[in-house]
Amino acid sequence: MFEHKTFSRAAAIAAIAGLAGLTPAKAEDTVKVGLILPMTGGQASTGKQIENAIKLYMQQNGDTVAGKKVEIIVKDDAAIPDKTKTAAQELIVNDKVNFIAGFGVTPAALAAAPLATQAKIPEVVMAAGTSIITERSPYIVRTSFTLAQSSTIIGDWAAQNGIKKVATLTSDYAPGNDALNFFKEHFTAGGGEVVEEVKVPLQNPDFAPFLQRMKDAKPDAIFVFVPAGQGGNFMKQYAERGLDKAGIKVIGPGDVTDDDLLNNMGDAVIGTVTAHLYSAAHPSQMNKDFVAAYKKAFNSRPGFMAVSGYDGIHLIYEALKKTGGDTDGTKLVEAMKGQKWESPRGPISIDPETRDIIQNIYIRRVARSKSDGELYNVEFQVFEAVKDPGKTKK
Amino acid sequence: MTSILTNLFDGVAYGMLLFVLACGLAVTLGLMNFVNLAHGAFAMAGGYVCMLLVNQHGWPFFAALPLAFVSSAVIGIVLERTLYRHLYARSHLDQVLFTIGLTFMSVAAVDYIQGSSRVFINLPAALEGQFDLFGVGIGRYRLMIIVICGLLTIGLQMVLAKTRFGSRLRAAVDDPRAASGLGINVPQVFAFTFAFGCGLAGLGGALSAEILGLDPYFPLKFMIYFLIVVTVGGSSSITGPFLASLLLGIGDVAGKYYVPKMGPFVIYTMMIVILIWRPNGLFGRTAAR
Repeated sequence: MFEHKTFSRAAAIAAIAGLAGLTPAKAEDTVKVGLILPMTGGQASTGKQIENAIKLYMQQNGDTVAGKKVEIIVKDDAAIPDKTKTAAQELIVNDKVNFIAGFGVTPAALAAAPLATQAKIPEVVMAAGTSIITERSPYIVRTSFTLAQSSTIIGDWAAQNGIKKVATLTSDYAPGNDALNFFKEHFTAGGGEVVEEVKVPLQNPDFAPFLQRMKDAKPDAIFVFVPAGQGGNFMKQYAERGLDKAGIKVIGPGDVTDDDLLNNMGDAVIGTVTAHLYSAAHPSQMNKDFVAAYKKAFNSRPGFMAVSGYDGIHLIYEALKKTGGDTDGTKLVEAMKGQKWESPRGPISIDPETRDIIQNIYIRRVARSKSDGELYNVEFQVFEAVKDPGKTKK
Repeated sequence: MTSILTNLFDGVAYGMLLFVLACGLAVTLGLMNFVNLAHGAFAMAGGYVCMLLVNQHGWPFFAALPLAFVSSAVIGIVLERTLYRHLYARSHLDQVLFTIGLTFMSVAAVDYIQGSSRVFINLPAALEGQFDLFGVGIGRYRLMIIVICGLLTIGLQMVLAKTRFGSRLRAAVDDPRAASGLGINVPQVFAFTFAFGCGLAGLGGALSAEILGLDPYFPLKFMIYFLIVVTVGGSSSITGPFLASLLLGIGDVAGKYYVPKMGPFVIYTMMIVILIWRPNGLFGRTAAR
């Protein structure tokens, strides 16, 4: 009797669920996001920032979207492309993830591209910054930036603001070369002259001889791109060698003054002008809340990698909302195209043609804040809705 | 002309730094015939100790430097007594595997405790910047490196050549059995020497943070430089590594200044040329024991 009653109740529930169109097969209730990030190695700060930001977003917005539970699986690739590939394969084949995301460096993002195409799932790039990345698979969508975006803008800005002669110092790898070429193109088109060009090895212990060469070339400014992390070393040696006193300014894309490290660089960095997508001092209420929440949760300042991760997970959430929880990869990529939203960095959108990010690029000058005594990139000019110039050329 | 001299100065400073970092390895490798690839881990330990004392406990930089030496030496002697001494008689391959494992452990441990981002030591203002001497730019910090490392080198040479400990060490190295027969406590001499080498590495680590940068990957990143110094210098004395360090430091800086396109390879090219010319290093003995 008793058993019969339970059975009928269960049957009734099942019937109602069936009518409502809910098919409660456990696997389809979760959406899995495979996050491949450098959590160890020289790029680990990138990985940690992105992971932190995603945690923060999910704390704020809950872990369910469109009726599905979002599960994040983090894999460490130490920014080594071979490991990225293995990690992506494991995530796709074993864990059956619906998204792969993260990617600290360009080679890592490229290594995963063919897998995203094959598996037909979106690859959300949250850090790597060379232009070509989104062209390598129709499933790649980017929420970070391209180096061309900031390098062309600082090139234009420098030419228009009385900087005539520039010496360049860039790391010798794809993003460094991107930064250099796009800067050079715009700076010389604006009437500037590149008087000295030095490419430094990626694993460079000592900048002294390169900086001495810069100093002897007597430029108005040095254009610098080194991976975030080496910026501190560069700035210290720049000051040690007296380049600041010789009146040589530092300009560049904002990696050299990443918020993550800026505060430890000392007074020599004050006055450095960079073009970039994000500053922890961006004066919007949304950013103030974001910085406060991030600081409270992780006891450090968010940098541009953190905001790229934050926007990346937001894009995933929005895509799922738009498909109503449908996890078909092709539909998800379609849903991401043309998304527009307000980010802590300002208004951004996803270009429907290139799947790359369109965002404001800010010109900022490093200054010491009066309220907390810390160093910040203070924005003073905005270039609005910048598309990736690396693609519009074609 | 002045830029040549500035580069020479920078090169000497860089070379001196390489020497202090690597000479402990020359001692263990050459004198004790032990392959210690974890040498860089001791350097890193010194660097982090100095950083923590200065940045978090407010010690003056010059007071923290000796502590960097002492702490690395203490870590060295503890590890020597507990782990290393069991491997003296083992094959070089065992030693390599053991010490490289130790290196990876140190990287992971520091990454876990201190985080992976690069750290800087807060220097006193007196050490920052450059001054001009007859048009040659002299970096204060690099000048300090040259002074400290120069004094150390002279001191080391004196200890090895003139003191009782130096002659005991040389005896213990040349023929451990005869030396112990003469009443020299060979294991103790080796332990002390090993610890001293680690201490030097620690001091080098603390001094190099400003110039080379300090992060948990330090032991792996600079292992190749230590090995080049010891290979080029030969490992039977400290004069060899000293001259090799200077040569490589000056060559590296000059290469990066004058031919920046191939700058990073100058140091490797020099190594190859020297090794073709003298396969055992500049001052190497022709035959090992």
